[in-house]
This record gives sequence, structure tokens and C-alpha cells, in this order.
Amino acid sequence: MTAVTLTGAEADPRRWLKALASQEALLAIAVIGLAIAVGLYNPRFLAARNLSDVLLGNAYIAVAAVGMSMVIVSGNIDISVGALIGVLATISGTLAVNGAPIVVAWLAALVAGVVVMALQGVIIAYLRIPAIVVTLGMLSILKGGLISVTGGKWITDLPDSFHLADIELFGVLPFPVFLMILVTILAALWMRYSASGRAIYAVGGNAEAARLCGMSQPRTIVMVFALHGLFAGAAALLYATQLRVIQSTVPPNLELTIITASVVGGVSILGGVGTVVGSTLAAVLIAEIASALVFIDISPYWIRAVQGVLILVTVIADILRRRRMAGA
Amino acid sequence: MSAMSEIPLPQAAKRVVPWWLLRHETMLAAILLVALIVLGALNNRFLTLDNLLNQGRLTTEVGLIALPMTFIIITGGIDLSVGSIVGLCAILLGYSWKNLGFPLPLAIGFSLLVGAAAGFFNGIVITRVKVPPLIMTIATLALYRGLAEGISQARSVRGYPEWFYFIGQENLFGGPAQLWLFLIAIVVSAIVLDRTIFGRTLYAIGNNETAARFSSLPVDRVKLIIYTLSGLMAGLSACVLVSRVTTTRSDMGIGYELDVIAAVVLGGTSIFGGVGTIWGTVIGLAMIQLLKNGLALTGVKGDATIVVIGAVLILSTLVASSLQRRRDGV
Repeated sequence: MTAVTLTGAEADPRRWLKALASQEALLAIAVIGLAIAVGLYNPRFLAARNLSDVLLGNAYIAVAAVGMSMVIVSGNIDISVGALIGVLATISGTLAVNGAPIVVAWLAALVAGVVVMALQGVIIAYLRIPAIVVTLGMLSILKGGLISVTGGKWITDLPDSFHLADIELFGVLPFPVFLMILVTILAALWMRYSASGRAIYAVGGNAEAARLCGMSQPRTIVMVFALHGLFAGAAALLYATQLRVIQSTVPPNLELTIITASVVGGVSILGGVGTVVGSTLAAVLIAEIASALVFIDISPYWIRAVQGVLILVTVIADILRRRRMAGA
Repeated sequence: MSAMSEIPLPQAAKRVVPWWLLRHETMLAAILLVALIVLGALNNRFLTLDNLLNQGRLTTEVGLIALPMTFIIITGGIDLSVGSIVGLCAILLGYSWKNLGFPLPLAIGFSLLVGAAAGFFNGIVITRVKVPPLIMTIATLALYRGLAEGISQARSVRGYPEWFYFIGQENLFGGPAQLWLFLIAIVVSAIVLDRTIFGRTLYAIGNNETAARFSSLPVDRVKLIIYTLSGLMAGLSACVLVSRVTTTRSDMGIGYELDVIAAVVLGGTSIFGGVGTIWGTVIGLAMIQLLKNGLALTGVKGDATIVVIGAVLILSTLVASSLQRRRDGV
């Protein structure tokens, strides 16, 4: 799946077929196909305003899913990220309200994200505690800590300059969308072409082989988690700065949506396989579906069921496809 | 049940009961005892029979699910969908009674059946399609909760007949009614795990699934049974919960999977599979509930206790794994 866009694709027609069947291509087709189908039913769905709202309001999920994809490719999982984003948004908002320079408020979220995630990475990689246990514990700590410190109070009166998400580049491109695209491209290039990026696949695919090739598994895992923390910080900033108030609680089910984006995007939960381009496309698709339900008059209460079916179908298709490839 | 002695256990299964495992549970029991004494000294309302029985009442809903979860984690699997199954079963109990006109006993049976079916669906995809349990149950975590929300449209159901509140609120033989149910479930689970071929098969699968298959153990059938059981117990837990709080809402059981897994892992069951006991899980459950209650009574706010539980979970796993590593001579 990762080899489809290598040069020489024109020479071999089967390459084209494979490229079309890749997760990324399927997702791109799904994103466009759904837009057309819903647009035919209700043209208002295709209004520029609605499409940009869908992208703008959900870019933070795609940004967080980039980090989550790296974590899952490395053979781990993180269920604390939703709680962490809530904590980071609150930290940043609190600093901004209390008169800290805006840049400091922004940076604090990034730094705190890296620190918390790197700490988890160290516990997972060097003390060899399974990621599910560590992140489960951290979820508990962050969630309980946030509510008991803030009491779930809302942060209001945020300074105007705090609202990073309001910035429009060149007068048209909203900053969250720009960041989503930039982060995805940079991460995709890095994971594909750099030695340290390839190490993530190696460690997730076959830890023993990676070790014998001289890669340090613990160091790679700590690096992946630290990066994931950085993306979580960026996601928290987008999340915190697009609203006029910050509710100091953990956004419910955020980690689930982020994991869904990664998995639907083709990242294999078994480790070693997947791309961030896929996860970003999947995040867009999920947001698009949520919006589409409203436009085709289906109660939004069904959105979670649709999400579940979506993961189920992708995962089963992925497993069956891989089994066929292994059998061929 | 007495077949245990006749069956030659594989070497791996014999080694799953090493000294440190016993130590883990004794250690945990000792910590629990110290916590009891300290919390009792800090607040004189804590160590009263009434309070402790009431805590037993509160822990039943999570506890009923933690028993089959112990089985599942021993095989090296996991079930993250249990909280959503609780929500789905609670909603279907209320919906089928109020909106479909089922008599309440039939509605209870229906919701238990749906719970078992939800677990069976997890199991069948895990065993037939070979989807890893973690990802399968993340998918159904979303799916089952989504069904609960979609079916109920966020409307709650209340006003059940008086007799229905018995299991959740009344006393039987001087103790909370649901506590008896829980005790029976504990004893049955412990006997099944410790004294039956079925139970020993779980350890064999967790230690080395390939070896278990080559030993012609019915690996897939056993897995299918435990995931179905997990769904059924989540359904039972939903009935007890609805009976206790007298209403159904689609957000019931949110976060249960975390409490359940925390209790099981805290109780010494290895997330890698092959190791664990029902008694450990029960101690884990008691520890979490008493920490919550004790801290609350000594004036710590409810949400801060979640922090303590998270820290205890990570620390106890650290200690257990470092002990294990010392045993293995790493």
C-alpha cells in the first residue's frame, strides 16, 4: 500500500489498478462521491460556507490523527489524547485570560503536550508497560485532574488575538485547514523518506528485525509519542481558538473519533502499515458524513452508529484484503 | 469439574502460577487492608457495615462485567465495547417496554438477549475474520453506543413498576439484593476459571495460542463463548443499573470499560494474557471502590479520586512487571 506512488507507475498498468484500490484513493473517491450524492439530494450541502465549516470545525481532529497514526503504526495505541487535548486547551486558555503573552499561551499547549506524551512514551518503551494500560491510567489522571482543578468552569473573555483559528491566510485559506494540510504533507514526507520516519514502520512491523538493523526501539517509541504530543498540542490550539469560550472539561469521545480517523485511514492496528494522508482524508470523510446526515434529514443521534459501521467495514475489508494478498 | 487432576497440564500452564503472582495478590490485599485502616481512622463513617455494604451495591454493576473481562484478558484479548453494551441494553429494556409494549419480564429477557448477541457479534468477527479484539471492540464501542443514541433519540424512560426496583434497591438476607447476585457470579466464575477444562483452556490460549490450537483445544469456540458471556453480563449489569437509578438513558455505562479494565489489571491479570485470577479482580474492584468512597468521605472531591485510581493503576502495573522481570532474571 505504501509502494503505490513510486516512479514507473505508468509502465505497469497493474500499478494503476493497485493505486486506485489503495486506501487513500478509495477515501478520496468516497469524500468526493459523498459530496456529489448529498449535493444532488440537497444542493445546500455543497454551499461553500458549509463545506468550509466542515473542514474548519474538524481540522483539529485530522491534526491529532496524524500523531495517532504514527503511534498506531509504531504498534502502540493512545486513548489519553482526548483528555490531553481538553487539558491543553484549558492551560492555553487560562494563560491567555490571565494576561500571559499570546505566544506563550500558544507555546505552553505545545510544550505541555510534548512533556506529557514523552513521559508516557518513556514508561511504555523503557519500563515496558503496555500502552493501553499507561494511556488508560493517564486518561484517568488527566480527566480527573482537569475537572477537580477547574470544576468544569468555562473560560470566557478570551482576548481576540488568541483566536488562532480565525486567521485566514491570503484572505481565503483558514489557518486550521492550512495547518491540517501542511502537517499532513510534512508528516507524510518525513515518515516516507527519512530514516527516523521509516524506523516507525520498522519498529511497528517487526520489532526484532528493527533492533537487529540497529534501530533503537525504545528511542523510536519515545520520539513517536513526543511528536504525537506536539500534534495534540496543535490540535488543542485549533480546538481552543475556534470557540469564544473554552469549556474546561474533556471533550467526550474525542479519542475515539481520532482513533477512528486513523483506522479508517488505513493504519493497521497490528502496526507497521498506514499513512497520514489516509488518516487526514478519513477525518474529512467522518466530518463530512456528520454534516451530510443533517442535510439528508437523518437525526444526528445516528452519527456514532454510522462511525461504528465505518470502522467495522474498513477494518474487515483491510483484513480480508491482506489475507488475500498473503494467499496470492 | 474434578477433571482438573486427570488432565496433564501443559508446562506453560503450570508455570502461570508462580510465586510472584501469589505475591501480587497478597501484596494487593495488604495494601487494601492498610487503606481500610487509614481511611477508617480518618473518618469514622467509613468502616461501618452499612457503608461497606452500600459500596458493595455500587460496585456490582462494574463487577459483573469485570468477571468475564478477566476471562477475556487472560486469553490475551480485550473488550472495550462493554460500556456501550450496557447503554444499548438499558435503552432496549426501556424502549421495548414503553414503546413496543413488551411486558417488563419479556423486555428484560430481550435486553439480555441483545447483550449476548452484541457480545456474540464481537466474538464471531474476532474469531472468523481475525480482527484484533482491541480494534473490533473499539468499532463496536462506537456502533453500540450509536445504536443506543439512535434508537432512543436521547429520550429517557422512567416509571417502571415497583417490583422491578427490587434487585437494584432492596435488601435480601440483610444485604443489598444485587450483592448476592454478584457473589454468586464471583463464585461461579472462580470455579469455572480454576476448576474446569474450559477455564484452564483460557490460560493455555493466553500463554500460547498456536500451541493451544495444535493441542486441539477448541480455541475459537472458547473465545466465542467468553465474548458472548461478556455481552450477556453487560446486559445483566444494565438491568441492575436501571433498577438502581430508576431510569434509562442512552449515556449509561459510558466509561465502564475503563473501570472494568482498571480493576482487572489492578488485580494482577496480565494484559499480555496467560496470567490472572478472579480473586485478584475482586480485590482490584474492592480497592477501587473503597478508594473512591474513602477519599470522598475524607473530603477529597469526587473527580480527584479518578486521578488516584489512574496513578494506582500505572504504579501497580509497574511494580508487578518489575517483580516479574526479576523472576525472569532479565
